[in-house]
Amino acid sequence: MLRIEDLTKTYPGGRTALNQCALSVEQSQVVAVIGPSGAGKSTFLRCINRLVEPTQGRIFLNGTEINALGAKKMCRIRRRMGMIFQEYNLVERLTVMENVLSGRLGFVSIFQAIFRRFPGADVELALEMLARVGLSGYENSRADALSGGQRQRVGISRALMQRPQILLVDEPTSSLDPKTARTIMSLIAELARENGIPALINTHDVGLATEFAQRIVGLSEGDIVFDDFPKNINASSLTRIFGEADWKQMGDSGHHTTGRALDEPLTEDTGKTVSLEPIKA
Amino acid sequence: MSHSDAEAHTLRPSWRPRPTIRNPWLRWSLLIGCGFYIIYAIGDVHLNPERFISGIPRVAEMLGVMLPPDFSRWDLLFSGILESIQMAIISTALGIVLGIPVAVGASRNLVPGPVYALFRGYIGMVRTLPEVLIAIFFVKAIGFGAFAGMLTLTTASTAFVGKLLAEEIEAIDPGQVEAIRATGAGWSKVLIYGIQPQVLPRYIGLSIYRWDINFRESVILGIVGAGGIGATLYNAFGRYEYDFGLAILLVMIVVVLIAEWGSGEIRSRIQ
Repeated sequence: MLRIEDLTKTYPGGRTALNQCALSVEQSQVVAVIGPSGAGKSTFLRCINRLVEPTQGRIFLNGTEINALGAKKMCRIRRRMGMIFQEYNLVERLTVMENVLSGRLGFVSIFQAIFRRFPGADVELALEMLARVGLSGYENSRADALSGGQRQRVGISRALMQRPQILLVDEPTSSLDPKTARTIMSLIAELARENGIPALINTHDVGLATEFAQRIVGLSEGDIVFDDFPKNINASSLTRIFGEADWKQMGDSGHHTTGRALDEPLTEDTGKTVSLEPIKA
Repeated sequence: MSHSDAEAHTLRPSWRPRPTIRNPWLRWSLLIGCGFYIIYAIGDVHLNPERFISGIPRVAEMLGVMLPPDFSRWDLLFSGILESIQMAIISTALGIVLGIPVAVGASRNLVPGPVYALFRGYIGMVRTLPEVLIAIFFVKAIGFGAFAGMLTLTTASTAFVGKLLAEEIEAIDPGQVEAIRATGAGWSKVLIYGIQPQVLPRYIGLSIYRWDINFRESVILGIVGAGGIGATLYNAFGRYEYDFGLAILLVMIVVVLIAEWGSGEIRSRIQ
């Protein structure tokens, strides 16, 4: 599905953010990319949809070599790559519905975009998506009137409106409280599975990563230093990724601490359906 | 420094604010230099108290002739004012629409360097010249009348909207634009979906503000032959019809005040 070879990014000024990274995702799995701030996680994701231009390397999505495409063709590929952001990046002054429908921008004409005349099927899908993420009835609210968790749900809906072949998720929970973070992370993992697409999720929350991902990739200073199942993460691998610290505090696998409200029961069943609480404005 | 001086210093510590220019030599020579320059400049403009005093009775005489204002030729007055208002409205409408591409071209985050330089050059050139100078140019080029005034105000409006809207565009939240780009939207779709919503309130505010400016300017442009009430005023003074002149001035003041109040009112409601 996704194959990355020899990916290197050097920013103007000489800072190397990624150093010959290679990654292959052959099934619809949730891959958590963990690493400290500045490890190159954001650059890594943005090189895949070329919001950041890679310096070197090859990226294949379902057989298409992405890094070789011209601007027009890149836009066509990008419409099938959903992206979710740390700061949600909703267009604040537009309504929830307009934001969700913006996921279809790559597929409609400029006039449809100007007058917001999206095809009926798109509107229908948008309403379904909003219902799916628990935001029914919020179609006409302005994005800047929502809470953080609600905004991220809109962001998720926007990405899925693209009927993506891959989800690129950049620190989806860093701006959220621990409980909302869990709900959002679980929602993203669930939607990726439902749609049968791979999801690359950047996070520095090891707890959430081990709980919701099927695979963990560790980035440290632009190098991939870990790539394995969540259960194989231990103190020494965490040290390799994040540096020296007392990892004992996190528990053996880093499972049971961060991102989990203390009174919630522990469960190994990461696939359980998450019921979304009723949302208040 | 003697021993007792030092002692006094430690007993009564004094504090003074640090002068803006710290070097005392520079500070004093600048101050003295400015003083000399002002004395020299006063000599250069022929500042003459006698002339000023002898002018006072003439001013009084002129004010006497002005009063009471003569509204008898109200039809001439009315048609002049109407022409000014129409000039302002048409040139605002054209200027704020044509100002959009100018603003886009002058936004560093939207266009490549050469395009940016071109549009910034245009804005810089137009904004350096006062409206009256642009009007003189258009009057020479296409002849007297409201058309020249309209072209002047339209040109000035495009540069005004272009510059201020471009500044707004350069200050938008790049995250929202990035997200729209990530959906596979091209340049024009990013423009209308990611950027337009962010700058719309500012644009509306600018447009109304420009209408207000255009109205005030349209009143003046007549003086150089570019139509509107200004021409009527200029002629009235030329023929020593000070009472009619005062009538025109009074009407102008009232209309400008109304325009200013109206534009302020509308702008306060959209913020």
